[in-house]
Amino acid sequence: MENDKTPKKSGKAFLSQFKGYIYLIPALAFLGVFMIYPLVDVLIYSFEEGYNFTSQTRLGVGLYNYSYVLHDTYFTQALKNTFIIVIITVPLSTGIALLISLGLNSIKPLKNAFQTIYFLPYVTNTLAVGLVFMILFKKTAYTDGMINLLINAFGGESVDFIDGPYWAKMMVMCIYTIWVVMPFKILILTSALASVNPVYYKAARVDGTSPFRIFYKITLPMISPMIFYLVITGFIGAFKAYSDEVALFGTDLNAAGMNTLVGYVYDMLYGNSGGYPSYASAAALILFAIVFTITIINLMLSEKTSITQ
Amino acid sequence: MDNNDRLDTSEIRNSKIRGVIKNVFLYVFLGLWALIVLFPFYFMIITSLKGFGAYNSERIPKLFVDNPTFENYVSAFTQVPLAGYFINTLIFTVVTTALMMFVIVLAAYAFARLNFKGKNVVFALFLSLMMIPNELVIITNFVTITNLGLRNTFTGLILPSVTSVFYIYLLKENFEQIPEELYKAAKVDGTSDLKYLLRVMIPISRPTIVTIIILKVIECWNSYVWPRLITDDQNYFLVSNGIQEIRENGFGRENIPAMMAAVVVISVPLIVLFLIFRNKIMEGVSRGGTKG
Repeated sequence: MENDKTPKKSGKAFLSQFKGYIYLIPALAFLGVFMIYPLVDVLIYSFEEGYNFTSQTRLGVGLYNYSYVLHDTYFTQALKNTFIIVIITVPLSTGIALLISLGLNSIKPLKNAFQTIYFLPYVTNTLAVGLVFMILFKKTAYTDGMINLLINAFGGESVDFIDGPYWAKMMVMCIYTIWVVMPFKILILTSALASVNPVYYKAARVDGTSPFRIFYKITLPMISPMIFYLVITGFIGAFKAYSDEVALFGTDLNAAGMNTLVGYVYDMLYGNSGGYPSYASAAALILFAIVFTITIINLMLSEKTSITQ
Repeated sequence: MDNNDRLDTSEIRNSKIRGVIKNVFLYVFLGLWALIVLFPFYFMIITSLKGFGAYNSERIPKLFVDNPTFENYVSAFTQVPLAGYFINTLIFTVVTTALMMFVIVLAAYAFARLNFKGKNVVFALFLSLMMIPNELVIITNFVTITNLGLRNTFTGLILPSVTSVFYIYLLKENFEQIPEELYKAAKVDGTSDLKYLLRVMIPISRPTIVTIIILKVIECWNSYVWPRLITDDQNYFLVSNGIQEIRENGFGRENIPAMMAAVVVISVPLIVLFLIFRNKIMEGVSRGGTKG
């Protein structure tokens, strides 16, 4: 620091000040244009009433966009669908992933093969595999489809899962979502389970503790931070569900009654029902508020439980 | 004494039997999930090998192929511009990943090694940007790109996704683990910052850089939303949009074997990549994966 007093050194220091920003220029430029400016802009859009995209004019400023969106039946439908997807898929996928990871951790032969297979959905194109799911579940004039044949084999009636009743569509939706999100959860939980110190298990076995008690008293507390991490990311991911829906039901999700919040935002922006960036912005901000609130609640819950342990 | 011994052996046998039953149950359970994961892949492959007529005459779809045919693969490349979608995705993936690596390596280096005024403030701002969901900024980006007249161009497709705050953070953490003494020694030797970055930092951090590249390639290959907003000209469709287009307008709605052939072709590159770099990818996803 004292060296800075000599003019030569301080000149160099000035240059190195400058240098840091030169290295940051590309990142700052891209983030500025495609992230910080849009963030301000989306707020402005959401309060501009009657904004016209082609003529770039507006009627006024206020909360009309929010009120419009909240009263739009497509929005409430999307809200309902999204909440159902979140509430069903997050606990189910985390639970099944935990069971599978526990299973994986207690076997040796074939463990690697199973892990490789379980990871496959992560590296597949959602749109492409969604098409396969659609065909497996769809009932057409030619065939009832694989899944219906399976249901028939167990004595059930065929259902059209793609164009049929709401609950059936929702079921396929949830099954596909779970199929897609499982690899990440299994991966995280398997490594969390493997990192539990085996000394605890040995001590418990010496004491003759039952396996269930070992799981409940040792394993679960040890991996609970990872479970919470998965629940939080799972909530965020499920609230942003969109591509999986398109993969199963096509691009016109409103017609199928299977739109999601993110889908609503995009439909407002683009496509046949598009051209309303103001409504899209208001909806996006509502979505962000919901996700933010739920993440905060999750974080508070996770803190509370880790203290009681 | 004698009694006790006998009791012990029968107990051991009992616990062995219990162990076997437990294992059988475990493998059945794990095998069942493996089946659920693999079945869609199996189904797309066998269906893609069935002839159009053969498929439609099966009221109960067969789980094997009688007369395998490759005609669906031929029509996937001739009746719809699948090859075009493929090349587009390849260009998009390569250029986006390369540009992003350039941007994030420089930024991570600045945060990890260079000293400048306001560094901590700028870094805190960067970190806070990680909370911003894409859905919030995509609206304005769509308007920006449209106003710039960049719809249906590669520039419009690529530009918004060449920075990632999260990867800058990941790389910065990695750069910081390289001993600072190395940097000081290099400075004494008169090595320039850029040279040091290229000759020392990047080679040492190669594992992390490879991880980031792989994650970005997967993300690019599967990206759907932004390309859908920004392209409506088939010549610029990526594979995700291509498959949606094929489903809605290509082949005629009922030619499912041909659709399945297209699905197989689209799925193969990433699966091959995964099988080659299995450990690298799984490690990378557990460190920086987000899909879940």
